[in-house]
Amino acid sequence: MFGRLTTEAFFHEPSQNGAVAGMVIMGALLLILITWTARWKWLWKEWITTVDPKRIGVMYIVVVLIMFAKGFADALMMRLQQFLSVGDSSGFISASHFQEIFSAHGTTMIFFVGMGVIFGLMNLIIPLQIGARDVAFPFLNALGFWLFASGGLLTLISLAIGKFSTAGWLAYPPLSGIEYSPGVGVDYWIWAVQIAGIGSTIAGINFLVTIMKMRCPGMTYMKMPIFTWSCLCAVVLIILAFPVLTATLVLLTLDRYLDMHFFTSYGDGNPMMYVNLIWAWGHPEVYILILPIFGVFSEIVPTFSEKRLFGYASMVWALIMITILSYLVWLHHFFTMGASPYVNSFFGIMTILIAIPTGVKIFNWLFTKFRGRVHFTSPMLWFFAFVLNFTVAGMTGILLSAPPVDYQVHNSLFLIAHFHGMVIGGVLFGFFAGFTYWFPKFTGFFLDEKLNLYAFWCWFLGFLVAFMPLYMLGFMGATRRLDHYEASTGWHPIFAVVAFGACIILCGALIQFFGLFWSIKIRKRNWDHSGGDPWNARTLEWSIPSPPPIYNFAIIPTVDQRDPLWAIKRGQAPKTEKIYEDIHLPVNTPIGLYIGMFATIFGFAMTWHIFWLAILSLSGIITTAIIRLSLRDKHETISADEVKKMETLQNRNEPL
Amino acid sequence: MSRPLTLHHQDTLEAHPDTRVPDPHQDVFSTTTFGFWVYLMTDCLLFATFFVTFAVFHDRTFGGPSPKDLFDLKTVFIETMVLLFSSVACGLALLSSLKLEKTKVIIWMAVAFLLGASFVAIELKEFTHLVHEGNSWERSAFLSSFFTLVGTHGLHVSVGLLWLMVMMFQVFWMGITALTFRRLSVFSMFWHFLDLIWIFIFTFVYLMGMV
Repeated sequence: MFGRLTTEAFFHEPSQNGAVAGMVIMGALLLILITWTARWKWLWKEWITTVDPKRIGVMYIVVVLIMFAKGFADALMMRLQQFLSVGDSSGFISASHFQEIFSAHGTTMIFFVGMGVIFGLMNLIIPLQIGARDVAFPFLNALGFWLFASGGLLTLISLAIGKFSTAGWLAYPPLSGIEYSPGVGVDYWIWAVQIAGIGSTIAGINFLVTIMKMRCPGMTYMKMPIFTWSCLCAVVLIILAFPVLTATLVLLTLDRYLDMHFFTSYGDGNPMMYVNLIWAWGHPEVYILILPIFGVFSEIVPTFSEKRLFGYASMVWALIMITILSYLVWLHHFFTMGASPYVNSFFGIMTILIAIPTGVKIFNWLFTKFRGRVHFTSPMLWFFAFVLNFTVAGMTGILLSAPPVDYQVHNSLFLIAHFHGMVIGGVLFGFFAGFTYWFPKFTGFFLDEKLNLYAFWCWFLGFLVAFMPLYMLGFMGATRRLDHYEASTGWHPIFAVVAFGACIILCGALIQFFGLFWSIKIRKRNWDHSGGDPWNARTLEWSIPSPPPIYNFAIIPTVDQRDPLWAIKRGQAPKTEKIYEDIHLPVNTPIGLYIGMFATIFGFAMTWHIFWLAILSLSGIITTAIIRLSLRDKHETISADEVKKMETLQNRNEPL
Repeated sequence: MSRPLTLHHQDTLEAHPDTRVPDPHQDVFSTTTFGFWVYLMTDCLLFATFFVTFAVFHDRTFGGPSPKDLFDLKTVFIETMVLLFSSVACGLALLSSLKLEKTKVIIWMAVAFLLGASFVAIELKEFTHLVHEGNSWERSAFLSSFFTLVGTHGLHVSVGLLWLMVMMFQVFWMGITALTFRRLSVFSMFWHFLDLIWIFIFTFVYLMGMV
């Protein structure tokens, strides 16, 4: 009846029980709070059923915050374990639970934090930057979000019911095959990633069409803001890479469920085929995460330097070069596979080549500041920290791209230091910069700048203390995923420093969480009275009130140059007549949520081999989709008069 | 009744007041078809991955049968013809919809459905035959990749059949409107795409397997 699901699945070791209790209590508190404040109806009408990309963007960020808290707790537990588990002491986590933790940490941070950050920013910014009222496929956009959330939920469920994968964040076979991982862990991983991955493909299609089809009149490709350009490149990568992930996971699933022989060591299968395929997705994925962040900094640096971006065309070509090259380097993740020296050298050289367009971008940002009027706001500080971290991590990446060097430090903590420099120093710092920068656009008030600065210094210094020593440990021979080592290695003091660094980062993260709520509480004090353009910025999203009205633009703008708002402020823009028109917007629908819920149940049922439930939920998905397709497209109309009324109200801009 | 329609301006036609009111900056028909093209490209990559896997594993038979021992080209040829003619019927349905001939549209869709269903039936028969002879997907990496590649195509055709069925009802109830026309065009893209994939399967899996 319940497949492999027995009561045993609910019992865990003490450290995990604590986490489960915490999660359940937090969830229960949240539900009580919503009921207490009678917010259910509001939540349902304004958020859960919404198809407005601004709202969906915020929901992505909320999921990111939850998943970040989980992934970060995983990281802290690993560092604490490595600090404690020396010589005779075995720490506070068992070896098998430690494996679950590092698998969950990687999966959570890449799929549910990294991807969530990227799609959150895309939803919030792209329609506003290209002067559009909506995205191309509002319903698919909502569906993409709910599938993403569904995958995240499945990861959280695995914490409480059963076990998560112990096979690492990419689940290499034969370890992840049915023979060596007969439990439910890998299945949880497969379905969580598969569901979220399909959501990403859907969201990627939506944004490609949005950028290509819905730009406002006059915005040719070479007049698009760089953030939009970087997202265009990222969605091209998503569209070309995520189907490969889907297919690869299907093959692994078939190996595990139907006894096929793709990646098994018998039956003439070949585990290295999996490693090749997964990195054919995995390497572009790295650029999917970082390209939009390049875009964020390309918006922030000109704004806070009061100067137009240096080398716009070279920025665009650098993005395109990175997009193309990112497909030709996947093998550098496994030089040690033992391909011929010719193959390894080809991929080594291709990897080195990527440094060129990336270097072009760094220099362009630096030249943008040259003779500009630089404001040392917190987004700019994140930028400085980013340049430092990204350059260091980039240079160590170049070291790793030489196959002989890679053979020495493969799978060591040197590699961990390198890619955390990219992901934390790059993606995360960039997200924080963008979050601070665009926060007033969507709320109407600023984040508290003093707390921003405290958080920044904690993160920046904490990062250096927590990750720079890992380069040393890597050279000393410490491998990744290490839950125990001997005292005679002499690594203990360095691991202590690393654990201390992680605590400094924790302070930064706590200050940020607190700062968010504090800023909401004292919002009247930090209200933006500038009429929507607090930073003296250059692009279209700042030309409308904050927070933007539901239709974004009452009058669709016409642009004739790169920094349209700057042109308007300088009186160089073409005059548009203020004639309001009726605006048609799609109505809300809960169908995205329903499909997401069915997908969660389907993933859960497949994981536990409860096949009747899997069939039931799959037919639920199909039926819901058919119902959606049988309805006529419904739209609500905001009449020209109402638009006029809303515009005059918005422009008064008073604190709520 | 048979007023000629221009394909790309379905939404601005006054003849169909029942559909979405067009926003001056959005052309729903071209956005949807373009979006569906992009989806087809993602699907194409999914198949590309399975083709690559088949290419890698096609001679890894683990002592089991090789393509030469298994495939009967005559059946596969009939299968191919059935699928291609299903696409022809789908094309005729689309042409009739341009002339707003509702009954003809439904008839051609029914023909496309029947041919598509026979394709799936022949394929299933071939699969059961293989499994009965002890040559199932568990036998070797080659057979795993064969069943996955061809089976994924078959699954796509089956989903297409479900879609076709839903659409026959929609055309019956709603008539030929901008909405149903749009869905019909998108479906025909899907159906032709599956043809194309099948041509590649026919060539790479069956024909090249025989030499």
